[in-house]
Amino acid sequence: MAQTTPNHKLTVSGWAAHDATGVITPYVFKRRVNGDNDVTIKILYCGICHTDIHHIKNDWGNTMYPVVPGHEITGVITEVGINVKGFKIGDKVGVGCLAASCLKCEFCRNSEENYCDKIQFTYNGIFWDGSITYGGYSEMLVADHRYVLHIPENLPMDATAPLLCAGITVYSPMIDNNLHRMIERRVGIVGLGGLGHVAIKFAKAFGHRVTVISTSPSKEVEARKLLGADDFIISTDPKQMQSNTRTLDFILDTVAAPHSLGPILELLKVNGTLVLVGAPDKPLELPSFPLIFGKRAVKGSMTGGIKETQEMLNFCGENNITCDIETVTSDKINEALTRLAKNDVKYRFVIDIAGKNSSL
Amino acid sequence: MGSLPETEHPVKALGYAARDISGVLSPINFSRRETGDEDVRFKVSYCGVCHSDLHSVKNEWSNAKYPVIPGHEIVGVVTEVGSKVKKVKVGDKVGVGCMVGSCHSCDQCASDQEQYCLKMVQTYNDATMTTYGGYSDHMVANEHFIISWPENLPLDGGAPLLCAGITVYSPMRYYGLDKPGMHVGVVGLGGLGHVAVKFLKALGVKVTVISTNPKKKEEAISNLGADLFLVSHEQAQMQGAVGTMDGIIDTVSADHPLVPLIGLLRPNGKLVLVGAPTKPHEIPAFPLLFGRKLVGGSLIGGIKETQEMIDFAAKHNITAAIELIPIDYINTAMERLAKADVRYRFVIDVANTLK
Repeated sequence: MAQTTPNHKLTVSGWAAHDATGVITPYVFKRRVNGDNDVTIKILYCGICHTDIHHIKNDWGNTMYPVVPGHEITGVITEVGINVKGFKIGDKVGVGCLAASCLKCEFCRNSEENYCDKIQFTYNGIFWDGSITYGGYSEMLVADHRYVLHIPENLPMDATAPLLCAGITVYSPMIDNNLHRMIERRVGIVGLGGLGHVAIKFAKAFGHRVTVISTSPSKEVEARKLLGADDFIISTDPKQMQSNTRTLDFILDTVAAPHSLGPILELLKVNGTLVLVGAPDKPLELPSFPLIFGKRAVKGSMTGGIKETQEMLNFCGENNITCDIETVTSDKINEALTRLAKNDVKYRFVIDIAGKNSSL
Repeated sequence: MGSLPETEHPVKALGYAARDISGVLSPINFSRRETGDEDVRFKVSYCGVCHSDLHSVKNEWSNAKYPVIPGHEIVGVVTEVGSKVKKVKVGDKVGVGCMVGSCHSCDQCASDQEQYCLKMVQTYNDATMTTYGGYSDHMVANEHFIISWPENLPLDGGAPLLCAGITVYSPMRYYGLDKPGMHVGVVGLGGLGHVAVKFLKALGVKVTVISTNPKKKEEAISNLGADLFLVSHEQAQMQGAVGTMDGIIDTVSADHPLVPLIGLLRPNGKLVLVGAPTKPHEIPAFPLLFGRKLVGGSLIGGIKETQEMIDFAAKHNITAAIELIPIDYINTAMERLAKADVRYRFVIDVANTLK
């Protein structure tokens, strides 16, 4: 039984998983009435993130069913609360992973809401009014304006949607590690999927030489020709890995499957950092020797703050960066999820929520 | 064709060596090179006993080239200098740590990080050259790797700083865990850990010692100046300290879980590994992702940094807490070291007992 509060009066159509079998079916539920700080968004597109699969299948053991996933949302504002500044009806906006935070701690005040220890997510979270949050696999969303982003005029709403999670997730650690202020560094990207392909675009836009580290030889041609990668290493080929030791300044590991960090760390130069943004459901193997004998570090990173997400979107607008997507209608969500689980997508599925073929 | 340690070089030397994987040390006659133009020759006064010495003599890292003469926390008095030497003169007190050579041309050498040079030469048991360490009557080393010894720093208590000291000092500086008012944890209260506490307190940092041994609490707080003490298997204590530390220096080389330590860090906190268990750690990604936390490694320190650390120790009157032993006690000392039964470093009184 869905959890609601008395002000949840708006009937909304969406899609939800009801148990860990992970099958998505149409679902009608309630959202809150637009409050003083809220904006109401008619959703146009929603990206499918691998995290959606983890939640649908209860991989992390914390799913509150029924779960309406989706945190790569783009749409148009249809209503604005009286306290809202900076947004008006008709604005093209996006919503990512964040729905609520404490607004008071040092992280919130520094617009690093993603590290607030009271952070609540766009779906499967608990909002300030005690209700469960439901995400972007739905026709509309009511969001606190402090967690809503402007989409630059020149960016297409469908190919921009995945930037709201995949994009910021790879952009934030690059900024944190100063890649936007350095030039011609050697940057490694592990995993060529939703996150990896955007990471290549950002790293190239920052002026770096990009090496893709992948288990799939078939991805090399596109990595070079379509995405602009400079080098490509097969991580399961010991000779390639050996001949590339101590060559990279920075590595972004986007892979969500369990793997050993040891061989990848050896690719880093002395003082290099590997940032983990993928979250495998089993622990990763971390040998200490590559860290100690190379003064290397492994650091985690999780999405990004609101200010940084807006900066990322503006950067994309200025540099014409969007995602490479495959659009699906809402009746094909289950097939998309099945293909995503097998990594069979170039490089992000986006649900055409408001399209004329939708089941709404 | 190998040559005997005794006759390989022109200058006779006396030391203590392990000859097989039993790791038992006994006297050995060997030889060292003559003093070259850039070399400094010194009579060894004291040499610290590092856990690495124990790993090496027992071939635990599968790289022992017997006979192994260990010792890389070496202090003494200069007896001869080569014609090009400018750093020190005869009669000066000096030290040598873990390195006696490097390539001097790679990026690492150029940035004063010789310890990461792929051609770095270890003070003893080097992989490519034959090197013999400080459990011996005298040493000869290239000037670049000689540490000048401040007048007011005791030789015996200062010797362990050359490995234990720099190993914890370097990451404090590199990872920025050295600002007054920060809160840093130290895991393991042994040779490295106790010196880490002293350095951090001198830097104005709040220190929590994390240990498996509750008996160490009294000394940690009263003698070493630590602010707090956590017993790592006491859930309630560890839970109460969650999210309180800017950084942690982990000196433990036995297998141990990292996740509880990562939990002690504040967001953006750093866990630095200087102890190297042989078995890989296993970490779930989430503890790192939620809080943008870091796990990094560090290996001793460069020569410039080692000199800086020794000067810092002299300025703040920091020495290691030691148990001075005659050299013929070394095998017993190794057995006790294996059981962590020492407060907190054995130092061999070489000059007075190696004859």
